[in-house]
Formats: sequence, C-alpha cells, structure tokens
Amino acid sequence: MDLTRRDALVHLATLLGATVVGPRLAAAPIGSMQAHGFSAEEIALLDEIGDTIIPDTDVPGARAVGIGEFLAMMIADCYEPAEQQRLRAGIADIAARYKQRYGGSFVGGPSADRTALLNELDREQREHHAALPPDGDPHYFRILKELTILGYFSSEIGATQALRYLEVPGRYEPDVPYTRGDRAWFN
Amino acid sequence: MSAQTYDAIVVGSGISGGWAAKELTERGLRVLLLERGRNVEHIKDYPNALKGPWEIPHRGRVPIALREKHPVLRRDYVLNEVNYDWWAHEDQHPYIEIKPFDWFRGYHVGGRSLTWGRQSYRWSDIDFEANAREGIAVDWPIRYKDIAPWYDHVERFAGISGSLERLEQLPDGEFLPPMPLNVAEQHVADGIRKAFNDQRRMIPGRVANLSRPHNGRSGCQYRNKCSAGCPWGAYFSTQSATLPAAMATGRLTLRPHSIVTRLLYDRDRKRATGVEVLDAETRQTVEFAARVVFLCASALNSTWILMNSATDVWPDGLGSSSGELGHNVMDHHFRVGATGRIEGFDDRIVFGRRPTGFYIPRFRNVHGDRREYLRGFGYQGSASRLGWAREVAELGVGEPLKEELREPGPWTIGMTGFGEILPYHENRIRLDRTVTDAWGLPVLAMDCEIRENEQKMRQDMMNDAAEMLEAAGCRDVQTTNTGYNFGRGIHEMGTARMGRDPKTSVLNAFNQVWDAPNVFVTDGACMTSASCVNPSLTYMALTARAAAYAVEELRRGNL
Repeated sequence: MDLTRRDALVHLATLLGATVVGPRLAAAPIGSMQAHGFSAEEIALLDEIGDTIIPDTDVPGARAVGIGEFLAMMIADCYEPAEQQRLRAGIADIAARYKQRYGGSFVGGPSADRTALLNELDREQREHHAALPPDGDPHYFRILKELTILGYFSSEIGATQALRYLEVPGRYEPDVPYTRGDRAWFN
Repeated sequence: MSAQTYDAIVVGSGISGGWAAKELTERGLRVLLLERGRNVEHIKDYPNALKGPWEIPHRGRVPIALREKHPVLRRDYVLNEVNYDWWAHEDQHPYIEIKPFDWFRGYHVGGRSLTWGRQSYRWSDIDFEANAREGIAVDWPIRYKDIAPWYDHVERFAGISGSLERLEQLPDGEFLPPMPLNVAEQHVADGIRKAFNDQRRMIPGRVANLSRPHNGRSGCQYRNKCSAGCPWGAYFSTQSATLPAAMATGRLTLRPHSIVTRLLYDRDRKRATGVEVLDAETRQTVEFAARVVFLCASALNSTWILMNSATDVWPDGLGSSSGELGHNVMDHHFRVGATGRIEGFDDRIVFGRRPTGFYIPRFRNVHGDRREYLRGFGYQGSASRLGWAREVAELGVGEPLKEELREPGPWTIGMTGFGEILPYHENRIRLDRTVTDAWGLPVLAMDCEIRENEQKMRQDMMNDAAEMLEAAGCRDVQTTNTGYNFGRGIHEMGTARMGRDPKTSVLNAFNQVWDAPNVFVTDGACMTSASCVNPSLTYMALTARAAAYAVEELRRGNL
C-alpha cells in the first residue's frame, strides 16, 4: 500500500540521517528548539531516557522513533499543569542524580550506568505504587516508562520491526502455533 | 404551499432510517431522506481508516484540551482521535441531566451505523411475552412470529455472521459462517458447557461483519478498525449497505444539514402532511410534504420531534394523548463482570484481528431458573494474549524488558454483562424550552435511573461471570464493576412505545402513531421493553416490516 511505503521511506531516511528527530520537530525552525515547551536539551535528555528504557538491539530503540519529542508532546498535551511540573522535576532529577553518582552527563553516559540508575528508579516507582493510596500521585518514572513503551511500540518501527503488524490481515485464524521468540502481533 | 412533495419522508439516516429509505424506495415510493448533520461519503470520508497506529497523534490517549471541551464525551471511549467527528459535540448539542445520563449521538449521514458495535441478536417470545406475563408496563402488540420473517429479511441483506445454537431464548437466524471463538475461548466455552450441563453456553458473537463476500460487498479483512469506517464495506452501515440500495432505485433524495423541527399536522384529517426543516447551514426554514413520514431520528430525538409537533392540539405534542410520550426510557446496564487468566495455551496464538468476541446468552429466569429479580442478562467478552502494554515489573528497563515485550504475554479473558432495564414510567425525558442548542431549539432533560431490580441483577452479573470463569479453570479470577450511568450502553429505547391501546401507548402494532397513522416511528423509541440483547437488529426488522405495511396501506388508500 502506498501509505505504508511512503512512511517506510520517511523512516528509512530518518534512520540513515545523522540527526534523528520526529517529523514535528523537524518542521520546527532549527535554532529555536522549543518543542511543546521543552528545550533542545530537555528533548535530548528525554531521548536518552527513552533509549535507556528501550535501547537499540537488533532493531532500533526508542531514540530512533523520536521518543524525546513524543514524550514532550504527551507530557504537554495529556497531563495537568501540576502533573507536568512533577514530571519535569523528575526528568531534571534523573540528570542530577546521574551527575552526582557518576560525575558526568546522563546524555551520552555509558549505557550500563544509565541503565543502573533507571533500574533503581524503576524499583522506587514499584515500591511507591505498591503502597499508593487510591488518590495518591503516580510516580513520575512510572509515567515516563509507560509513555516510552506506548510511543515505541505504537511507532512504525515498534509495530512493524520490534513487533509484527499487518494493516490488512485478510483472514482470521483462531488457533495458530506459537514458538517462544516469535514476535507478537501489534493489535 | 410551495412545499416540495415526496411520497415519503424519512427523518434520520442511521440504522433505522437507512432501512426505511431502502425499503420504501424499493417498493416504489419517492423518498426524501433528511439528516440533521453533514454528509459522510462511503470510503472517501473515512480519513483514518487506513492509518497505522503511529499516525494517530496521541496513540489512543486523549489530550487535556479535548477532555475539557467535552465533559460528556470524555466519560467513555467515544472521545478519541480516530472518529472524533462521528460523535455529536455537547457544546453545540447540549442536554440537561436531572440525573446522570450519558448521551452519545451520531449527527451525520449514517449516524451511529458507522460506529456501532455490530452485535446482532434476535429477540425471542421470552422477551415479547415478558411484560404481559409479569404485569409490567403494557403488553407488546406483536410476538416473535410477527417479526421472524422480517429478521430473515434484514439478516439476508445486512449479512450477520453467527453460529446456529437452537436456543429458545436466542433464536437462530439466516447467518453467514461464524467468526469463530479462538483456541483459548473455545477451551473456556467447553469448560462452561460441561460445568453447567449446557444450561450456559459461550458462543461466537453474532455480528454484522461479513465472514465472506455478500451482496456485492467484500468480506471482512480482519483489521478490527470498523469504527474508523470500513473502505471494504465489510460491516453493515447505512453507507455500505442501505444507502447504495436506496440510491440504486433512482427514487431517493438525500438532504443533509436538515434539522426536522416538527411534523406538520392536519388536525381535521388526523394526518401529518409533512415536516418543517431548519437548514443547519443557512438557518432557513423549509417545508416538505409527504403522504407518510418515518421518524428514525434515534430514540430520544424521534420523541423530541413528536413533543414539538401538533402542540396546538396537544400541548405536550403528538402522541402525548396516551400520557406515555417521553416515558419508559430504557437502555442496557453493563460494565460489571469478571476477568481471569487462561493457562495451557502459551504455544498458541491467533492470526488476524477479529471484529467481535464471544457471547453468553441469557440463562437467568429462563428454563425454570428463578431469581429475586425479573428478566436477565447476557455477556460479551473475549480472550486474548496480553500485549506490549502489560506490566512486567521484574524486568526493569533495557534490553530484557524490550525483548520480553516483543513477545505476546499470557492469555487473559474478560466479560461484561448486558442487563435488561425494566420500562419504568418514572424514567422519562421532557422538553426544556429554557435551554436551547446552537440553533435555538429546545433541548431534552433526562430524568432516568436504574432501580432495585437492576441493582439485584448486577450482583448476579458480577458473581455469575466469576463463577463461570472459575468453573472453566481460569486463574486469578477477579470481579469487575466500573459503574453505570443511564445511557452509557448507547442503547436508548422507549419514550414512544408500541402497544395495543391508544390510552397507554404511543404507537400501534405497525409503529403508527395512534393520533397520526401516517407517521411511523421505527427506531429505539418504539420499544415496549428492552430485552437484554443488542437492539439494532430488531430496529431493522421493525422498520422493514413497518415500511412494507405503509406501502400496502398507501395502496389501499388508508393513509
């Protein structure tokens, strides 16, 4: 289908290009670098956070789908101002904690260090949610993780490469053998 | 008068109106089909039908700005970025909630036929006889034998996929092959059948999606994106099915942007002479004349038109002489059931995205079962393997998480009951002339609630679901109850009920208004009780039956 081919080409170009940005950011004037109220530095940090949660493997990771800008858009559009503030404070805290512990920048830091820090935050959010009262605020890292997973697996790379996706399956089979390691279908 | 004249006027172009237009034109009448909203052309106006998930901006989440704009639509899935324009926006089309009422409407050509759930079930005599047997409301003026040939008729044309089950409470129909249960559902179905001695049965959902090509329409492509519109025309809608059939006769005129404000009524002849239309774009008033009028504007809006008509004769409108116009509002209450996990099928998966699930027909208060409430409920649900959105806490972040989420998760199953709501006289709508919509027209005020009978039923709907899943060997079975507002089922019924006596009903056995026999109301407004099955197929059958009768009566000179 033309639509699919066109998008595949767009993404192929994205993959081959030196700078990986989502289409909306690409359309913004270079230099101003304000996307959804986030600075270029914040977007870069979000890209690195996303790519630490879903890294490059045999298929591209979250950075390749423009996760930084996706996270910025979702935070700006789908969260109340107070929640946005908590999320942005949390994002800044990730960079600050990293700097304190490893003495450098989270962006561009060794993957093992970034992963170790985010795994620690993931344990924190799980403990936070295990004891969360019904009206309690969710942990910012849980939201970042969920949004990263959403943005990645519903992207074209995520749906068609990390998973399997057919726009037009054409038939229904109610019982098909599955072998561990086979990719899931995007539904 | 210079009013344009037709043989028949059909008000509303949804499931019922589309059928009225088709049947009346095919039987030789020149028909004007009026739709209050804009046109939606088949295929051309389905902008999101072929989009991948990555092309939907917020990927299924709803932006705050949109939520703030839609305090009603945001209550459920109807507020979304895929078919946003196919749900009437409450800022232009307000209504009053004396008690909480979710009113999700489709104001465009095709109406909710574009967005419906497509579940299609016949009523049985257990339903048609219930009011008389239990002394509730009034008796239906028809029985299953009156409507059965019309179910055949509409099923043959619409194309309903389903299995033959020989159940008294859920009659079989003229089905295309079923869209089968998947391997895990079949396992649960077998378990339920055995545990309950075949008194409870899980069957493939009966659905207006084509399991093979039918009447010139393509078979289902198993994309499960019906609610964005189907470019293959593989589910029944006005656009895919009834409108092209009516157009093919050369006798149909479709007029979008036409808000019918009232029926024109000749008090001496006791007949409607036509309708008054407010052009939604030009705001000009136009009149159209016809020998018969079919009101198919959706249950509550057909009654709105009646309430606003012949007020010089009856202050509360045409059909109000019974004292029942606007009363006996019904819906199906739901959002209560159970979920569980199915073990033993980690080496199985499905191919394709089936646009339906399973159905468990009513088993309460039938076949000797007696409960502390009247009527019953059925279940709808499905089983599937969890996807990438599942929680895998132990894996943290990074490559192990990514690789795990690339594979399907465990099989889970969920179901919700759909329960019958009794026709309570106290559940009513009325016209409120102090509040007006964007066109200065009075709005409806909703005063409806479920009562003790429904609350008792909900206990069973929750517990029976869990009991069946456990009996079938499911693990981690949990009950669910996410609450219900009246209207949430989007199965509004009643307010102009059929009956045997003009003193207690608005319509007769052929859906004619007692006080204006050339006015037929064949959408959900006509329902005398609600059953627990999805109602649209019954509207189709009642509409086709009434249309055939109207044409006969015209020929006999009776209208």
